[in-house]
Amino acid sequence: MTIALETKGLVKRFGGLVATDNVSFKLEQGARHALIGPNGAGKTTFINLLTGVIKPTSGQIFLEGQEITGLRPELRVQRGLARTFQINQLFPAMTPLETIGLAVSERLGGGRDWWRVTGSKREIIHEIVEIAQRFRLTDVLDERTSNLAYGKQRLLEIAVAFACKPRVLLLDEPAAGVPEAERHELLATVAALPRDVSVLLIEHDMDLVFSFADRISVLVNGALFTEGTVEQVSTDPRVRAVYLGESVDE
Amino acid sequence: MSTNIADYVRTTLVRRGRWGISEIAFWLIAAATLYFLPERHLILNEIAIIGLFALSLDLILGYAGIVSLGHAAFFGLGAYAAGILARDGIADPLLGLGAAAIAAAILGFVTSFLVLRGSDLTKLMVTLGVALVLGEIANQASWLTGGADGLQGIAMGPILGLFEFDIFGTTAYAYSLTVTFLLFIIARRIVVSPYGLSLRSIRDNPLKARAVGIPVNRRLVAIYTLAAAYAGVAGALLAQTTQFVSLDVLAFHRSADVMLVLVIGGVGYLYGGLIGAIVFKVLQDVISAWTPQYWQFWIGLILVIIVLAGREHLTERVRTFWKGMAGRSAKIPETLPKPSAREV
Repeated sequence: MTIALETKGLVKRFGGLVATDNVSFKLEQGARHALIGPNGAGKTTFINLLTGVIKPTSGQIFLEGQEITGLRPELRVQRGLARTFQINQLFPAMTPLETIGLAVSERLGGGRDWWRVTGSKREIIHEIVEIAQRFRLTDVLDERTSNLAYGKQRLLEIAVAFACKPRVLLLDEPAAGVPEAERHELLATVAALPRDVSVLLIEHDMDLVFSFADRISVLVNGALFTEGTVEQVSTDPRVRAVYLGESVDE
Repeated sequence: MSTNIADYVRTTLVRRGRWGISEIAFWLIAAATLYFLPERHLILNEIAIIGLFALSLDLILGYAGIVSLGHAAFFGLGAYAAGILARDGIADPLLGLGAAAIAAAILGFVTSFLVLRGSDLTKLMVTLGVALVLGEIANQASWLTGGADGLQGIAMGPILGLFEFDIFGTTAYAYSLTVTFLLFIIARRIVVSPYGLSLRSIRDNPLKARAVGIPVNRRLVAIYTLAAAYAGVAGALLAQTTQFVSLDVLAFHRSADVMLVLVIGGVGYLYGGLIGAIVFKVLQDVISAWTPQYWQFWIGLILVIIVLAGREHLTERVRTFWKGMAGRSAKIPETLPKPSAREV
């Protein structure tokens, strides 16, 4: 299998604190890979390094074999590395339609187009419809984003990342804070993401991890602690000790 | 099903680009004042210029979220550029406009790199600083600008070689209104374009905009440069139609006034600057006729009331009232999705 995303010896130091400690990690093409770890394990720092929001102290990052370590965040997105945020990062005053339309037209290079009205291009319309249907947003397309139900906002968060047509999608706790009634819709949508998109899922919710992922990496104190199939990791007593904690120790 | 949604998506997106009846009426009335209010052309000319200046500020503040307390830098530079050109014998107004726009755009481009770093407070201080520096340069370089005495000896040629400026301000007003209208059309295209959409997304959430793949800084530099050119044109219009430029064009109160105008009319709404300019100038005219020394007190009081009451709430109330009225006469089919986001 080919490698979609790879890090080699990735290190990030904040002063004396080593937030990411020599992480060499591989995400395979088409994978459903979960990254778990206790609070403060450095999951968010790792994501920020991957997306280019912060620069690593040392180490390298490769997207589909090409080095992207020094690339600006927006260029990584254009190369096919998109993310969602743990806490919704949306455009409150815009509608879902505009938000998705923005992402699609940016990807198709329309963002420099200042003369045409947004939506006058056929291919953009086509894609917006497809994404809206996939993420079940068709009934709220023209609402203000800030007025949407939280579950819908979460869906939109993923829809926007998906609209960037990523090769690799980083999902940062997609189900965080979603009320029980809206959860099912969200999980179904995440499960139905096309297989040609490789997904790295950062998650606290073990039910979601076990149902979604086929591989799991465990991050502890900034370093990769172990990695394996769901079976291997969930039965590993050391993982239970550091991550699942006393509640299952008995 | 899917084609229905496609049609819906297209019409909803394209709807924003369409001109509403009230918009057409606005410009028709503006054009009509050329015939019906001949004795008011001097003040209308000023309104058109301030409206254009506020429109320029709205492009960066309302649509891109860049705060500025020194927008007069570009206005003043445009005014001096056009004024100096005319004094030195290049009397064609359109050439002057072009030169002013280019000069202001260059200054905008260069200073954008200073302005775009840092927090809002930093931006306020840097823009303020740039305007102050420019004001002092204009003051010191009196060989070029006339310094504190002002730039004198501006003689404008006829517009397009056809229309001479007259003492009633009719040609001046027609000229300013036309230029403002043309630049408004461009601005209106921009804000509904994909580029304009990306600006609004940057204003709302720059972090997310970057995560969508938008080169945030490049987009902001572009709009800041364009807004500077707009402000430069507004300044040039003032210089050409009044045939005089003083240090006042670079003064702090110019930057503050234009902010005031925009807040009165509405930020992030292209007509905001124009409506604000009308309200501001008319208020100034009326109140200063009534109490010449204290008109600023009343303007200040009105500003405080507007900000506290929230203009958003006021317009929202008017809108719901309007909808209620319209709903009684012509029932809107309930199946149609309600447009809830602001248009244009």
